[in-house]
Amino acid sequence: MKKLINEPDRVVDEMLEGMVAAHDLRRLDGTEVVVREDAPVEGKVGIVSGGGSGHEPTHAGYIGDGMLDGAAAGAVFTSPTADQLSEMIQACDGGEGVFCVIKNYEGDVMNFETAVEMAGMESDVEVESVVVDDDVAVEDSLYTSGRRGVCGTIFVHKVAGAAAHRGDDLEEVKRVAEKTNDRVGTMGMALTSCVTPEKGEPTFDLSADEIELGIGIHGEPGTERTDVMSADEITDHLIEAVLDDLDLESGAEVATIVNGMGGTPLMELYVVNRRLQELLGEAGLETWDARVGDYMTSLDMEGCSITVLELDDELKELLAHPAETPGLTVAGER
Amino acid sequence: MAADLDHQCDLVVTALEAVADRLAEEKSTLTELDSAIGDADHGANMNRGFQAALEQVSESDADDPADLVKTIGVALVSEVGGASGPLYGGSIMSASQELEGGITADSSVAFAETYLETVESRGKASVGDKTMIDALTPAVHTYKKSIEVDDTEPLEALAKAVDAARRGVEFTTPIRAKKGRASYLGWRSVGHQDPGATSTFMILEELLAVAAEELDGDLEGEVDAEADVDPAELEGESDESGPTGETGGGGSEAESPSEGDD
Repeated sequence: MKKLINEPDRVVDEMLEGMVAAHDLRRLDGTEVVVREDAPVEGKVGIVSGGGSGHEPTHAGYIGDGMLDGAAAGAVFTSPTADQLSEMIQACDGGEGVFCVIKNYEGDVMNFETAVEMAGMESDVEVESVVVDDDVAVEDSLYTSGRRGVCGTIFVHKVAGAAAHRGDDLEEVKRVAEKTNDRVGTMGMALTSCVTPEKGEPTFDLSADEIELGIGIHGEPGTERTDVMSADEITDHLIEAVLDDLDLESGAEVATIVNGMGGTPLMELYVVNRRLQELLGEAGLETWDARVGDYMTSLDMEGCSITVLELDDELKELLAHPAETPGLTVAGER
Repeated sequence: MAADLDHQCDLVVTALEAVADRLAEEKSTLTELDSAIGDADHGANMNRGFQAALEQVSESDADDPADLVKTIGVALVSEVGGASGPLYGGSIMSASQELEGGITADSSVAFAETYLETVESRGKASVGDKTMIDALTPAVHTYKKSIEVDDTEPLEALAKAVDAARRGVEFTTPIRAKKGRASYLGWRSVGHQDPGATSTFMILEELLAVAAEELDGDLEGEVDAEADVDPAELEGESDESGPTGETGGGGSEAESPSEGDD
């Protein structure tokens, strides 16, 4: 399998070097942790995240004004270790505490918990967190007890980051982050497997005439393997699962993401979005914000996920709050 | 007191060496167990973690056992990774606080209990889920009851705990996994011994061997609380060596639960 890499075990390190060279980021010495150049920001709640690499621009790509202050990168599809997460937490404390956005994978959750404890032993930083579990496909998976955290995490980053940026305290940041997680649902699918740099071959076998629905972001199995379907049919399946889960009333306002898994052209994502918006309209829902692109990827996997967030005035204000990061930019009030 | 703590530090290092050697020896056994129901890295991960712990402990200038045990925990957290890092290392780290002021029968019970509680709360697993907890829980409960209720000498209590852990490991084979990677296999996990419970037992067994050596107990070879431990002799030994003896036994025990986590 051809890859644009040097050595598989240097991929994460070299990726981070490249990111730091491109953006206003700073790497903590001797770690795979990247923070804002000016971290910690005094007087602001620090917002941090982290997880395995291979989901770019997640996580370091969302560092910047109005979103994250720091992100820790684990090995490909592997949680960062607790000592690195602890360093990140301490480096992002501007005196108002640190808020961790954690995706629901056993390794991530346990390492963050341990990190919070380690940070507490070394400093008096106050830490709160949310565990994002937006994937409506499966209740338990290969890597989780409970639902997986996937692309809905981007909305949680945005909302928590905006709240901290406008000066909310730690408790308030936690409240809006949890509220977002409670109102967001995602369902994904794969046309092909991804190829991890270390393994160099597909993680799972999917023949040319098959697709897999309900897949996670690590190539973990989905809910259903079926024959190839059209973009509209796939979109119908995905949105049906998400709307079943969210149970929205007609007239509700939503924000959506059609997210590419890393190997899908934007052309195809827009085709999916076209059908998505048509279906939401038929369901009596009003789309207030629609995003299309690669937000939470799975290396070179072809496929997509659909995320729907139910809005209210507060969440609209936080989503519209300015943000400037490599992976997402919001210009401001509209 | 300072001399006692120094001696306890030496014991912690001795116990760590014994555990690290054992896990290096058993690397492929653990990996084999893990390849049947997990992701086949338990042996390598544990070996890497404990070798790193040895290195960091040898560079440490900690002069009390609590700090030294904490160093072991931190090393495991940074080197083992995945879920095992927080489960084994993070739990040792939290439990190490119980050893402040020295290792005694009481502080070793507190250490063991905190270790178990941390593993349970972090892993959200309980007995019967086919995890390290199946070996750890009976061991810790047996140790605590032996010390606190039956007034057993620490070495004998530890021997009973190891025996309980052994039975716990055996119990993991016929049951279905409900937590961790193995749970994804559902009924297909039946018939396989849990690697985390196995490494936990191995660690406890090494701690017992070191404690026996320290307390001059007659525990060569097979560890069996009933058959091999002579309570009278232990008692005499303990009395003779006084606080050092007790701290030694307690120390190993304390360390064992922490290291045993998976």
